[in-house]
Amino acid sequence: MSDEGGTIKKFMYVNRKAPYGTIYALESLEVVLIGAAFDQDVSLAFVDDGVYQLVKGQNTKGVGMKNFSPTYNALGDYDVNKIYVEKESLDARGLTVDDLLPLKYEDEDDDWAEKDSICVISSAELAKLFDQQDVVFSF
Amino acid sequence: MALLHTVNKSPFEKNALESCIRLALKGSSILLMEDGVYGAVKGTAKSSLVAGAKGKIAVYVLGPDLDARGVSKDKLIDGVKVVDYGGFVDLVAQHSATQAWL
Amino acid sequence: MKFGILVNEGPYTHQASDSAYQFTKAALAKGHTIDRVFFYHDGVNNGTRFTTPPTDDRNLVNLWGGLAKEHNIDMVVCVAAAQRRGICDADEAKRHGKDGNNLADGFRISGLGQLIELGIQADRLVVFGD
Repeated sequence: MSDEGGTIKKFMYVNRKAPYGTIYALESLEVVLIGAAFDQDVSLAFVDDGVYQLVKGQNTKGVGMKNFSPTYNALGDYDVNKIYVEKESLDARGLTVDDLLPLKYEDEDDDWAEKDSICVISSAELAKLFDQQDVVFSF
Repeated sequence: MALLHTVNKSPFEKNALESCIRLALKGSSILLMEDGVYGAVKGTAKSSLVAGAKGKIAVYVLGPDLDARGVSKDKLIDGVKVVDYGGFVDLVAQHSATQAWL
Repeated sequence: MKFGILVNEGPYTHQASDSAYQFTKAALAKGHTIDRVFFYHDGVNNGTRFTTPPTDDRNLVNLWGGLAKEHNIDMVVCVAAAQRRGICDADEAKRHGKDGNNLADGFRISGLGQLIELGIQADRLVVFGD
């Protein structure tokens, strides 16, 4: 494979599955963290049961599994700060943005001001975002 | 160039087709494959999903998956086009990117 | 056109690996290039040579291995996913003190960076999973 160095593509990671019941959410997050080192134009979308990944207050002591939800808080440090949550999926599950982890990042173009990474958008807006992607990862 | 969406789940078991249609932009295409082919059949409780997308989204179905499941082509919703794996390859090439609704 | 393939499920339980194989064969027949097939999640189970299906069933591990050899396709099994699921090559087995290894011919074990690189370099990435 030739290295076309300098190529920046729009990468979208689409998360549609709940955490813990299957491993997809955890292993998808591992791809996002590794991928952050490649300086692509990265965004994440949380749709359908994927929104449950971002719910705060997860406690896995009783199920004996690793609680990986704190890792989402680190995404901002990896310059992964475009996190889109579909409003219709939240509404359908009786959730609001207040139920979700308060994900933040420091905006280097705005004197490192702390800003929210999560952006709740409508299906129509998300459809337009999907359409602009070069690569769509789903797991 | 718009997106090619692939749906491989039966609409009777999972919401993949429903979500795909909700989030597919006008002018994009959907390929129904594996258990997703059941979404292309007319006269079912889920036929309205694909029938309702007509005019907005081009819907394709993978022929070998229909054949494997004993679904006759004359049972397909009007306007659904049947492709083989080569046609699947062409669809991927003709669209700007592919989104799998797993 | 250069295609990249991501396989998220193992053989037999899900159709994903079969679909990906049929797609890959069809793409090659049309003169496209398959840069790499990346195996992730349970997809790493496509890379164990211990797979022994009944003789009247297809052997997906051998089918992938044969296609890779014939068309010089880079087939990568994700190391982190493989370690979780007990897939290892001789080096990995030695490093982790295992008493054997099971990676099939035609496959290699490497990191997730290979998937990202595939997304960057291929003209199209096609994902097969459940």
